[in-house]
Formats: sequence, C-alpha cells, structure tokens
Amino acid sequence: MNSKGHLRKIKDRIKIGLTGSAVLLILAILAVILGTVIIGGYKSISWEFLTQPPKEGMTKGGIFPAIFGMVFSLLMMLIAVVPVGVATAVYLHEYARPDFILTKLIRGAVNNLAGVPSIVFGLFGLGFFIQFIGGSLDRSLGQSGLFGQPCILWASLTLALMNLPMIIVATEEALRAVPQAERAGALALGATKWQTIQNVVLPQAIPGILTGVVLVVSRGAGEVAPIMFTGAAYYLPYLPKLPTDQFMTLGYHIFVMTTQSPDIDATMPIAMGATLVLLALTFSLNIIAIIIRSRTRSQLRKGR
Amino acid sequence: MQTGINRLEIKDFNLYYHRTKALEDISMMIPEKKVTAIIGPSGCGKSTLLRSINRMNEMIDGVTVEGQVLLDGEDIYQQDIDVVELRRKVGMVFQRPNPFPKSIFENVAFGVRMGDNVPAKQKLEEVVERSLKEAAIWDEVKDRLHRSAMELSGGQQQRICIARALAVEPEVILMDEPASALDPIATAKIEELIFRLKEKYTIVIVTHNMQQAARVSDFTAFLMLGKLVEFGPTEKMMTNPGSKLTEDYITGRFG
Amino acid sequence: MSLKKTRFKYLGESLIEGNIKITAILAIIAVFLIFFFILRESLPIFFNGEVQQEITFGKFFQGIQWQPVSDHPRFSLWPIIMGSLKVTMIALVFAVPVAIGAALYSSEFAGRRLKEFIKPVVELLAGIPSVVLGFFALIIMASFLKNIFGWTYRLNAVNAGIALGFAIIPAIYSLAEDALNAVPKSFREAALGLGATPWQTAVKVVLPAALPGVSAAVLFGMGRAVGETMVVLMAAGNAPLFSLNPLESTRTMTATIAAELGEVVFGSGHYHALFFIGLTLFTVTFVINLISWALFDGLMSKLYGAKK
Repeated sequence: MNSKGHLRKIKDRIKIGLTGSAVLLILAILAVILGTVIIGGYKSISWEFLTQPPKEGMTKGGIFPAIFGMVFSLLMMLIAVVPVGVATAVYLHEYARPDFILTKLIRGAVNNLAGVPSIVFGLFGLGFFIQFIGGSLDRSLGQSGLFGQPCILWASLTLALMNLPMIIVATEEALRAVPQAERAGALALGATKWQTIQNVVLPQAIPGILTGVVLVVSRGAGEVAPIMFTGAAYYLPYLPKLPTDQFMTLGYHIFVMTTQSPDIDATMPIAMGATLVLLALTFSLNIIAIIIRSRTRSQLRKGR
Repeated sequence: MQTGINRLEIKDFNLYYHRTKALEDISMMIPEKKVTAIIGPSGCGKSTLLRSINRMNEMIDGVTVEGQVLLDGEDIYQQDIDVVELRRKVGMVFQRPNPFPKSIFENVAFGVRMGDNVPAKQKLEEVVERSLKEAAIWDEVKDRLHRSAMELSGGQQQRICIARALAVEPEVILMDEPASALDPIATAKIEELIFRLKEKYTIVIVTHNMQQAARVSDFTAFLMLGKLVEFGPTEKMMTNPGSKLTEDYITGRFG
Repeated sequence: MSLKKTRFKYLGESLIEGNIKITAILAIIAVFLIFFFILRESLPIFFNGEVQQEITFGKFFQGIQWQPVSDHPRFSLWPIIMGSLKVTMIALVFAVPVAIGAALYSSEFAGRRLKEFIKPVVELLAGIPSVVLGFFALIIMASFLKNIFGWTYRLNAVNAGIALGFAIIPAIYSLAEDALNAVPKSFREAALGLGATPWQTAVKVVLPAALPGVSAAVLFGMGRAVGETMVVLMAAGNAPLFSLNPLESTRTMTATIAAELGEVVFGSGHYHALFFIGLTLFTVTFVINLISWALFDGLMSKLYGAKK
C-alpha cells in the first residue's frame, strides 16, 4: 500500500515533468531561432550595413532602402489605422447600445476578422485598392499607372485594414477597464459625454491603446503576404519619395534574398543580417508591449 | 411643509425599468437648505429615486419615466432640458468614493474646467481651496494638492469627491449612501460635514442606516417596494411614525 | 436661469461625435467589404461566359493537376487542398501536445513567478514574423532534418509543418491557458480535498471542465495554420503534387496565391481562380474561428453562469 502510493507519486512527478518539458521545448525553440539568427547575422551588422543600399546583386552593401521603406509604410499604416481604430472602438464601447443586435454582430465580425489569413488581405489589396480604386482614379484623372499600380499607399492601407481589428479590440479592452463609476462621477459633475470620454476615459485607456499600437507595428513590420503584391519591390535603385512610389521593405527583402537569389551562398550573410535586424526590431517592440502591460497592471492593482 | 421654501418637488413620479415598475406614484417636496434622508429596505428604489433628481438614471438602458421632477418650478424631464446644466445645479456623491486617477487639484477643478468659461489659474486655485475647505479636508491635503487622489484613504477620497461636487457651486447635493464603504471614524467626519453643508446647500441623502438618518437629517422619506410610505420631519418619524410599516422598519423588524 | 438647452452650445461636440460615428461606420463597412470584394472577383467563374471558357467551378475538381499557366491549363484544387490539409495536420500533431502541455503546466503546476516568466516567453515566440520562421525552416532546419533523417527532399510537408507548428503554438497556448485558468479554484480544492493528486486533479477535473475552451484553442490554431502563408511558401518546396507522402514537396492554398498572384493576367481565368481560392480560405478560416469563438464563449458562460 505504502510503496504503491510511493510509485504513484513518482509516476505523477514524471507526468508533470513531461508538461514542464513542453515549456522547455518552447523555450528551446525560441533560443535556437534567436541563437541561429544572432550567430549567423551579427558579423554582417555594421554602420555601413544599416546605411548603405544593396550592391552587386544583393551580395554586398547594406539594407538601408529596406529599412527606410519599412518605416515609411509603417508610418502611413499607423496614420490610417490608429485614428480609425480608436474612433471605432470608442463608438462601439461608449456610444452604441450594448444590447443592440447590430453591435454584437459587428463585434463578432471584427473579432473573427482578426483571423482572416494575411494573404487574403494581399488579394483584397490588389483587387480592390490597386485595380478597383487605383484604376478608377487613374481613369478619371486621365492618366495611367499612377494609382493603378502597387505602391506604398496601397500596401500601407492593406496593412492598416488587416490590423484594424487588432486596434479596435485592444482599444475596447482598454475602455472596458475604465471603471463605470468614474464615467458616472464625471457626468454627475456636469461634464458632457464627450468631455467625459476625452478627459476621464481616454487618458486611462492610453496605455492599453499604446500596447495595441506597438504590437500592430511589430506585426506590420514582419508581414510579407499582404504587401508583396500591393507595393513591395524586389529591388529599387532609389528611395521612395511619394506614397505612390514602390518600396523595399525588410521582410520582403529577406524573402527575396533567400528564395530568388541565383547565388544563395553569396547573399546569405546579408540575408542573415537583415533577419537579425528585423528580429531585433520585432522583439524590442514586443518587449515594450509586455512592459507597458505589466506596468499598467501593477498600477491598477495598487490604485484600486 | 413646515419650514423653508420648496425648490425641489417630485410630482406623480413613476419609473420603469423595461416593463417593471421600479418607482410608483411618488410625490414629495424637498425643502431648501435642509437634509432630507431617503430610507427603506434594500431594493426599495431609494437610489433610483435619488438618481432621478439629476437624471443619472439615463446611463442605464431601458429606463423610462412618467411624472415630473421640478427644480425651481421647471420640470427637468421636459424635452430640450440641458442635462449638463441640470447636473451642475444638482451635484452628486456616490456610494463608493470614485475620484479620478488624477491629482487632488485636478479632481476638484474637474467640474469647473468642464464648464463654459474656465476661470484663470488663480481663480481656479481659489475655487479648489474654497471647496476643499468646505469639504473639511483642506488641512489634510493642502501640502500635496498635486499628488494623486488615489493615494488617499477611503474617507479622504470621499471628502475629495464632496469637494469636487461643491466646486461647481450646485444648489442641491445628492448623496448615495456616502459613508457605507467607510469606517466609523471616517463616517463621523462625513456626517459632521453634512451637518455643516446644509447651511448653504439642499441635501438629499440615501442611507440604509437608521441611526445615520436620525443623526443627520431634518426630513425623512420612507420608501418600500418603490412606493413612498411616509414622508415627514425626521424627529416625528423616528418617535411617532404615522404608519405601521414605518414603525416596523424603524424598530428593526425587517430590512 | 432656465435649464433649457441653448442652441449651438454643443455644436462642436456634436460635430466630433458625428465624425466618430461616421468613421466607425466606414471602418465597419471596410471590414465587410473584404468579403464582398473577394466574392465579387470569384463570381465570374460561375456567371461570366468568357471566363468560363477557361475555368468553371467543375474544373476545380477534375483531375489532380494544378497547372494554371500552360497551353492546356488545369485548375484542379485537389493537390493544393491536400497540401494545406497535410501541412496543417502535421503542424497540429506537433503543436497541440506542446502547447496544451505547456498551458497545463503553467496553469496547474508552475508557481506564480514561473508563470509570469512563461507568458512573455510565449508572447515573444508569437512575435517572430512568419517570414523569419520561414527563413529559419528553409535555411537551417531543412538541412538539419534532412541530414538526421536522410530525407530525399530537403523541403517537404514535415519541414513546413514543424515550422508552422512554431507559429501556432503561442495561439493555442494562450487560449488554452485562459480556458484552464477560468476553471474555478473550488473545483481544484474539491478534488484535492477528496484525496486526488495534483496530476489527477489537473487531468481528471480541470482539463475536462475546460475542454470546450481547449478545443477552441486547437481550432483557433488550426485556423491560423490553414491561413499561414510565408512559412509554407518558403519551407514546403512548393510543388503542387497530389500525394499523401509527407516527405515530398508540397504546396498549400495560401502559397499558391502568394506564388502566382504576381504574374497573373488581370481578369483572366487564373486571376479569378486565385480569388476563388482566397474566398475558400476566407470562408474556411472564418467558420473555424467562429466555431472556436462559440466554444470558448460557451465555456465562459457555463463556468460563470449567465450573469451579465
């Protein structure tokens, strides 16, 4: 009896250990990917690498145009997605009647759209923004090939649309965390509804919204599928100046260098370096998001 | 009524929550510069009645009302009433202290800042000081006006909330069980404050605590199941209630 | 002083609120537009005579070859459906035990500190862009696995499936952990009080109670796997072969769009066929996510009652 119980205990330990090893495996995956990219890429990183264009068929030089294009497109994406996403969330959470069927329906649709494959957004961007909107714009302006072709504008809008649900969901969550009692307090003092939102609700929601924005930037930086047909270019000898220019971007650049290169061994150091830069960027953004979130959480714990 | 002018009057007032009647046929006059307590067992509609006086019920979906609430003879439930202006005249203090996560100064200045003409900084400082003094908390916070109001104790927070309501110079102050979340000492301070505030303001207070009603109020309304059972001077109500129901409630037979 | 509203006092405010409302409506229209536009571009396959000379709905299911660019284009979806299924299944077989195991560990056995460490780690894994996972699988992992197992083809469904597993582990983990954490403490206390071991409590009480949520997590991961593009585009070898063999090169529906959309002639049968694949992906992932969401929602209302 006693030894049987002892045996069971050991068996349990082993089983628990197995679930623990799943955690270790996840850690290992992360460490191996990180380690490989760091070891393979750190030698390529230099000031020159970050500030020079590619040379000699992407086997020499740097990745500056890809970084520049990425920042350009991400900024445009943010300009489009943040105001629209926040406004939509404010409307859904503060104005729309919660028991209204339409409100529930919209919220459900927004939630589920977060799971639509990114390549479908690429498809949509090409068909809708470039062919439909861009094509019509060109026709009505009496020219061709200005709007009806891939460019930063359409790529950024495609990314913005893809990330819209994420901003809406993050903002709504942040709004939900603001106690109803504070809204009542402000209204009872004779603040209007908008004043209440502006002065009491939104300031408290900012960390939550910011977390969403940071994650969206991180995701946008790494996405390739939605932009590969809507604006990203293999190689450009010049930097984009206008939203109607095509652009190079880091994620797509990595894809091109590893899959389309005639001499993979020669492009590999550059590709590794570019991957390291992209990974460093997305990791820092994710870490920033984690820090903002845990800070606000501990503040909430202290404050109330 | 016996004393004062009646500036606030509730007349044939009904309130429905969806199809349920939550308040039925309530009529009462609330005398000026007195403390009127609303008492009754929980769920009797006392908070609902209180919130009808500054139309805070509108935050809840599915609420409809009939009848009138008259402030200076004007029905606040008419169309095109400016609810914002109404709430500046009829301030409110809630059951749980609900300061904003801002500085003490910003909390008290909030209502003034939301108004039509925001005064200059110096005037604003005067308003904040006056309000904090009126709420009997100036001495405790004068050295840390720019620290967060969330750092204060519950009782202090509640007095900040009172100061915040006073800053917009209301005529009526509604208090929804303002001391129910506080300890006895903090409660005593709030009661003392209410006693002094009635020199300037008309106060309506909801409480489930009979002794508290007896201590702070001049008039008492006893509500049960959404109906006004009895309304009169507190002293008479406590010593010689006019209805059997009131007597049972006051003597603690239910509640 | 009357309490009546003065005209125009709130004009500025109404303008702001009006703007918010219009923005919200436009955003919501945009969101629905995706579905309608993808649908619109797929419809010629059914209704446009000219397009139907090249491609019809029936042709998607004839034969086993996807060769859209040739003298006799063939549009059989079977090889790429097979590819998507194969890679998704492999990814799930790899990711589900790892993700659920880790979720079980962190919700049932790990201390508070450890728990607060595991979550961010998983979030970091989720933060790796899929192009980086694809890069890793293509350059590093494929050669490594080929050498160990003596594969004929470096790039195949197993290689892609494992890399895809990396991408979906975080999604499954976090939803599963939420579900496990939602199980009330009293369930655990009751089981432990009856003399069950921690393991028995976790597996016989907590896991079954959270099962709808855990299934939701698996479905959610599946939706992700079906829709993921870059990993499979880079790591699966990209040959649309109709084969059950997981060690052969394969191509998924997503990768087909990604590989061919760049060269497609606008308005051609091929163009509309790619949109039809997109429509299928959209519908499939939407339905999977919807079921997952309903399961999770159902669990939450079961555990917490219908209080709202």
